[in-house]
Amino acid sequence: MLRKAFAFAALGLALMAGPALSATTEAEPRDVHWSFEGPLGKFDKAQLQRGYKVYREVCSACHAMNQMYFRNLGQKGGPFYDEKYKNPNDNPYVKSLAKDIQIKDIDQDTGDAITRPGGTADRFPAPFPNEPAARASNGGALPPDLSVIAKAREGGTAYLYSILTGFHAPPAGMTVPPGKYYNPYMPGDMSSFWKGPKDKVPVGGFIAMPPPLAPGKVTFDDGSPSTVAQQAKDVSAFLAWAAEPKMEERKQFGLGAMIYLLGFSILLWFSYKRIWRNVAH
Amino acid sequence: MSGHSTYEPKTGFERWLDTRLPIIRFASDTIVSFPTPKNLNYWWTFGGILALMLGIQIVSGIILAMHYVPHVDHAFDSVQRIKRDVNFGWLIQGMHANGASMFFLAVYVHMFRNLYYGSYKAPREVLWILGCVIYLLMIGTAFFGYVLPWGQMSFHGAVVITNLIGAIPLVGPAITTWLWGGFAVDNPTLNRFFSLHYLLPFMIAGVVGLHIWALHVPGNNNPTGVNVSSPDDTVPFHPYYTVKDGFAISVFLILYATFVFYLPDALGDAANYIQANPLVTPAHIVPEWYLLPFYAILRAVPNKLMGVILMFGAIATLFVLPWLDTSKVRSMRYRPTIRLYFFLFALDCIILGFCGAHAPDDMVIPGVAGLQLGDANLNSFVWLSRIAALYYFVYFWVINPLMGLTETPLPVPQSISAPVLSHPATTPTGAVASPEKRG
Amino acid sequence: MADTVVGANPDPHVTGDDPDRRDFIHIAAGVAALGLVGGLAWPFIDQMNPAGDTLALASIEFDLSKVEPGQQVVVKWRGKPLFVRNRTPKEIQEAIQGDHADLRDPATDESRHKPGKANWLVLVGTCTHLGCVPTFGGGEYGGWFCPCHGSVYDTSGRIRKGPAPKNLEVPTYAFLSDTKVKIG
Repeated sequence: MLRKAFAFAALGLALMAGPALSATTEAEPRDVHWSFEGPLGKFDKAQLQRGYKVYREVCSACHAMNQMYFRNLGQKGGPFYDEKYKNPNDNPYVKSLAKDIQIKDIDQDTGDAITRPGGTADRFPAPFPNEPAARASNGGALPPDLSVIAKAREGGTAYLYSILTGFHAPPAGMTVPPGKYYNPYMPGDMSSFWKGPKDKVPVGGFIAMPPPLAPGKVTFDDGSPSTVAQQAKDVSAFLAWAAEPKMEERKQFGLGAMIYLLGFSILLWFSYKRIWRNVAH
Repeated sequence: MSGHSTYEPKTGFERWLDTRLPIIRFASDTIVSFPTPKNLNYWWTFGGILALMLGIQIVSGIILAMHYVPHVDHAFDSVQRIKRDVNFGWLIQGMHANGASMFFLAVYVHMFRNLYYGSYKAPREVLWILGCVIYLLMIGTAFFGYVLPWGQMSFHGAVVITNLIGAIPLVGPAITTWLWGGFAVDNPTLNRFFSLHYLLPFMIAGVVGLHIWALHVPGNNNPTGVNVSSPDDTVPFHPYYTVKDGFAISVFLILYATFVFYLPDALGDAANYIQANPLVTPAHIVPEWYLLPFYAILRAVPNKLMGVILMFGAIATLFVLPWLDTSKVRSMRYRPTIRLYFFLFALDCIILGFCGAHAPDDMVIPGVAGLQLGDANLNSFVWLSRIAALYYFVYFWVINPLMGLTETPLPVPQSISAPVLSHPATTPTGAVASPEKRG
Repeated sequence: MADTVVGANPDPHVTGDDPDRRDFIHIAAGVAALGLVGGLAWPFIDQMNPAGDTLALASIEFDLSKVEPGQQVVVKWRGKPLFVRNRTPKEIQEAIQGDHADLRDPATDESRHKPGKANWLVLVGTCTHLGCVPTFGGGEYGGWFCPCHGSVYDTSGRIRKGPAPKNLEVPTYAFLSDTKVKIG
C-alpha cells in the first residue's frame, strides 16, 4: 500500500520531450537476477570491477558521480578492496586508478588553474564544469548525476538495466523529435507523437541520451564477453553499489541484530509467562 | 503521581534524599508500584513503545545534527556523507528515517485502541487532549524533518504544505512569506525548519510528561472499560507490565529492524534521492504514508480554503471527541452496533490513505470507466476520497452522538475481575466476541 | 493466555517453584536488555570519530625552493600549521650542541631531520603544551617561542624551557626530489 507508483524522477522528466503530462506510461522493468538481492545478498566484486570500467570509459563522458571518491573503490565491499590494505588510501591499485585521471586544481603557489593526477581523496571529476555547460553540450538535456541513481529511480537497478538495453527503433506511426530517442522503459506520454489508433499508444517515452553501449565498446580485463547486455548489467550493478556502498555492512549487521532481537523476545516471553503465571487476566 | 505513596525509603541516603527531592519516590510511584488493571491486553503496550520511539528519535536526531549541514548547497550532500563516510552513519540515519514511520505506526495503533475502548471518556478527557497535542506536534516535527534531506520530495512537499497557509483570507500570503523568510522555500526556510525540527521533539517530551501525569491521576482504562473497584483488580506496574511491555517492545523492534536493515527505502520516495530543484516538480507529489489520509481529505475538496479547513477540521474533531460520544459505556466490547461503524471507520482511514497516494483522476478499479454521473467519474480516487472523507466526519459528528443515545449496550461486568473469573452469570457475550484481543 | 485460571493469586513470590530457575530467566532477560543497549551504544559513540572523508585527507606536496635559508614557511596540513624551516649552518651547529644539554624530551638533532638534509626541518607547528602556534625565531635558543605560556624551543624544535612536555612533532614526510617534499 505504500508503493508510490508515480514517484518518477524530475530529471527523468527533464529529459523528456514535450510538457509533463499526467498520463505517463512505461514498460515494466525487465526482471534481472542480481547477486546483491535478498537479505544475504552480496555484490559480485568482478562485476563491480567491470561495471566501473564501463562507467569510466563510457558513462563518465557525460555523467558526474559527485558523491564518489576514488578511495571508495578500495573500501570494504568496494570493487578493488584488498585485504592487505584496510585503509583504501594505501591501496596501490586504487592509487593507480586515481592517478590515471586528471583532476582540475589550483596551483597553491601561483593561483593558476592546473590539472594534476588524481589521488584517493579526490572526487570522481565531473565532465562538465556546471549545469549550463552540461546542458549546452547535450542538446539542452542535463545528464543526471549517477551517484545515487539506482535509488533515485522507481525500479532501481532493473530500471537502469532496462533503459540501457531497451533502445530500439520507434514503432511505425511515431514521430520522434530531433535529438530524442524512443525507449519503452522511460516514463512518458506518447499520445501526442502517435499517429496510430488512439487506444494503442505505445508505452514509454523519449530520452535525450543516445544508446550509450555497443558490442565490444569496453574490453573487460577478465575476458567476459563485451555484449550490450553484459555491459548494461555490470554498470547497473556498479551503480547499485555506488548508491549504497555500505549495503553489505547493513545486511550483515542486520542479521546479527535480528537474531539477537529474536532471542531477546523469546527470553522476555518466558520471563513474562513466569511473572504472570498466577494472575488471572 | 496521585493517591498515597507506597514507597518506603530503605537506606539512610534514600531517607535523606526523600525529604529533600523525593525523586526516587516519584519514580517508584510512577513505574514500580503504580496499580495497573490486570486485564490490559497487548494493545495497551503501545504507550511504552511510543516512549521508546521518542527516545530513539531524539538520541539519533541529536547525533545526525552533529553531521548534518542545514544549507541548500550542502544539505543533500551532507546526508549522503552521513550514509557513506560517518562511522555507522548509515545505521543512525536509517534508524531515524524509518523510526519516524514506526513512531507514527505506533501512535495510530495507540489512538485506535483508545477509540475502541473509549479511553478518551470521562475522567480521561484531558489525557486524550494532551495525546492529540502530542500527535499535532509529531506531525509538525515529521514535516520539518522531511524537508531536511533536501531532496525533490522534501522541497516540493514543503512548497505545497506551506502554500496551504496562503489559503487563509487576507493574512495568508503574508504569513507564508514570513514562514519562508523569502519569496519561496529557500535557504532561510531550510535553516529555520532545522531549528524547529530540533525544538519540537523536546516540546513533545514535555507534553508526554503531562500525558503520563494525566494518566496517573485516574489510572489506566482497561478492555472492559469499567472502573477499578478493588485492589484485586490491579497489579503493580513492575514487574507485571514492565515485562509485558518489554516483550511487546522487543517484538516491535523486530519489525523496526526489518525496515532499517532490509527495507531501508521501502517507506520513502525515490524522488527524494534527487537533490532539490526548484525548477522541476516531481510528477506526483505525495507526503509520507502516515499523512496520506489527511492529504486525501485536502484534495477531496475543489476549493483551496475549504480543503484546508476540512483537513485541519479532521484533526480538530479529535479534540472534541469526548463530548461527541454520548454513550455511558466506555468499551466497544459491550457496544456491538457502534463496533461495526468503528471497524468501518478504521477501513475508511486506510481507504483515505490509498486515495492520498493516488492521483485524483486515477481509476479506482482499472478498466471500468462506466460510472459516469454527469461530469463526474465515480470510479476515480477523487470521488472515493470524497465519500471516505464524508464518512470520516459522519462517524465522529453523527454516529458517535446518535449511537450513544439509541443503542442498547450489552450487560457490562460489575468489575474487572468479574469477567476474567469466568462467572457464568456476568460473563458478557461481548467478551467472547473478541477473545483474540485478550492479553 | 491463562484466562480461565480461577482463584488467582496475584503474588508470584509465594508459590513453590524452584527459585533458581525462576530467577535465571529474569536475569537472562535483563542481561540481554543491557546487551542491546550496550550494542547500540558503540555505533552511537563511534560516529563521532573521524569519518571516511576526514581520514582520507590528502597528503600534500611542498616546493622547498621557496624557502630562503634562515626562513620558515607555514603550510596548513590536516587543519594544523606545519613549519618548514631552512636552517642556516649556525642554527644547525647550535642544534647539534644542544644534543648534550639536559633535555626534557631527549632526541638528537640527527633524528629530527632526513639524512643529509640537515638544513630542512619539517615540524607540526603546534606547541605540545596546549596547542598554540609558537612564533618563529623567538626565545633564547633561537628556535620558537610560544606566546601562550612561554614554552621555548631550540633550532631543532626541542623543548628547552617552559611548561610544554614534548618536542615539536616531526610528521611523516619524504623527499620526492631535492626541492620537493611530500608530507603525510
